[in-house]
Amino acid sequence: MITAVASMVSAPVLGAVVAQNVFFYLIAAVMVIAALRVVTTSNIVHAALYLVVVLAGVAAQFLLLGAEFVGITQVLVYIGAVIVLFLFGIMLTRAKVGNEDGLDHDNVIPAILTAVLLVLVMGYAVVDFAGDEEIDVLGNSPTTVEQVSDSIFSTYIVAFEAISVLLLAALIGAIVVARKE
Amino acid sequence: MNPLISSFLAINPPYWVDTLAKIGIGLVAVLLPTGALVYLFLFKMMSFMQSRLGPMETGPYGQLQLLAEFGKFLQKEDIFPSKADRFVFAAAPFVVLVSTFMLVLVLPGGPDTHFVDLNTGIYFAMAVSSVSVIGILMAGWGSNSKYSLLGGIRAAGQLIAYELPLVLSVVGVVIMAGTLNMKGIVAAQADFGVWFIIPQIIGFFIFMVAVQAELTQPPFDMPVAESELVTGYLTEYSGMRFLLFFIGEFATAAVFSAIGATLFLGGWTVPFVDINAEIMDYIGPLVLAAKMVFIAFLIFWFRITYPRFREDQLQRLAWKFLIPLSLFNIVVTAIFKVVF
Repeated sequence: MITAVASMVSAPVLGAVVAQNVFFYLIAAVMVIAALRVVTTSNIVHAALYLVVVLAGVAAQFLLLGAEFVGITQVLVYIGAVIVLFLFGIMLTRAKVGNEDGLDHDNVIPAILTAVLLVLVMGYAVVDFAGDEEIDVLGNSPTTVEQVSDSIFSTYIVAFEAISVLLLAALIGAIVVARKE
Repeated sequence: MNPLISSFLAINPPYWVDTLAKIGIGLVAVLLPTGALVYLFLFKMMSFMQSRLGPMETGPYGQLQLLAEFGKFLQKEDIFPSKADRFVFAAAPFVVLVSTFMLVLVLPGGPDTHFVDLNTGIYFAMAVSSVSVIGILMAGWGSNSKYSLLGGIRAAGQLIAYELPLVLSVVGVVIMAGTLNMKGIVAAQADFGVWFIIPQIIGFFIFMVAVQAELTQPPFDMPVAESELVTGYLTEYSGMRFLLFFIGEFATAAVFSAIGATLFLGGWTVPFVDINAEIMDYIGPLVLAAKMVFIAFLIFWFRITYPRFREDQLQRLAWKFLIPLSLFNIVVTAIFKVVF
């Protein structure tokens, strides 16, 4: 594949292609190892911290694809808020240092089946949507915030509004559940 | 890359040389202001304001105090609590420092002087500044001590609460500038005529209060309240690792001051000089540093003046006063932006 690319592009661009592939696989390997540790470690706080590595890897992959805004949002929302909420909750309720027993449960096989099914469905969706189309990462500058906001408020306005209403409903629901009668 | 360095090297450096040079400059850009702030404000100004003579004794006019402190921390034993989670305990200060070093990346020092010119500059800064919470929670939990854990949880609660007013206070500036790019914000202030501190005075006020709380500086230092929690999440740390947290705190103070100077005080620009003049590449970083020292002065002034809040007062201030006020500021700014 590299020779095929080499005939089309100049040397510095080829270098960038190779560097991008190398970093993609490096980050992907770290993510896979960390993801396995999330489910195999016997300490809940460690699991949450490994999840930080996985999510940071996702952000790095987004940046590698030139999706700057999405990558940074990943850091802000998942690492800065969701994981902090996880850790906060774990530490308020049970904060044992060291290994814990009884973290495994009987539903391991259904869980694995669900995970595999999810991968298949999402993989099929991506392949069906994109097909052989390649994202021209090197030819374009990174996606700007202007492009992202323009497409949200024109092409995807219906989906955006639907998600807004859904989030608002979830917010009100959370308040209703949390407040005492 | 700063043209000063390019012309000094007389070459167009390859990517890796450029990156190495940026790492070196980044270290200097974080550590030099940190040392300056600690010496200038924490030692000198604080002791003058509080009539303490301690920092006058080491060397001529107390100038060697900083070196003395550094040497003291270096020679201390690196103690691990026996029941601590060693890896999490050891890694925590580095997570905090990573967040600080990533913050400095987006600061522009001149029209061509920058580390990276991100399209989403200020948004990136807000995102990576929130990573330090994880380091603090790691420190609090990894120490395996009740004081540390309580301090870590307090710190997390405080940082989550003040993250919101911090981001929302920046939104007003972003609406006025019409861009997230740091250089774009600086250029927008030059176009606008006055620095954004004048039209965004409410935003500046919220920004300063939120930064004070994000830095866990007094009067927002409940996470390390010594009368209640020994020193909170820092209780079990000693020697070099404590120093790393200490550097992290003051380096973040320096970087946030510089971000505040860029957003509200016109960054590298000086009035009546064209912002894209070539001279700005050389004096721009110094101008930015001067403005940074001014904002840091305000931070340390409040630090020294006010007594500590209570935990419930702190949360009430964030959720019931600062967030509504910053939302109001956004609405007013947006109306003015549309109308005029």
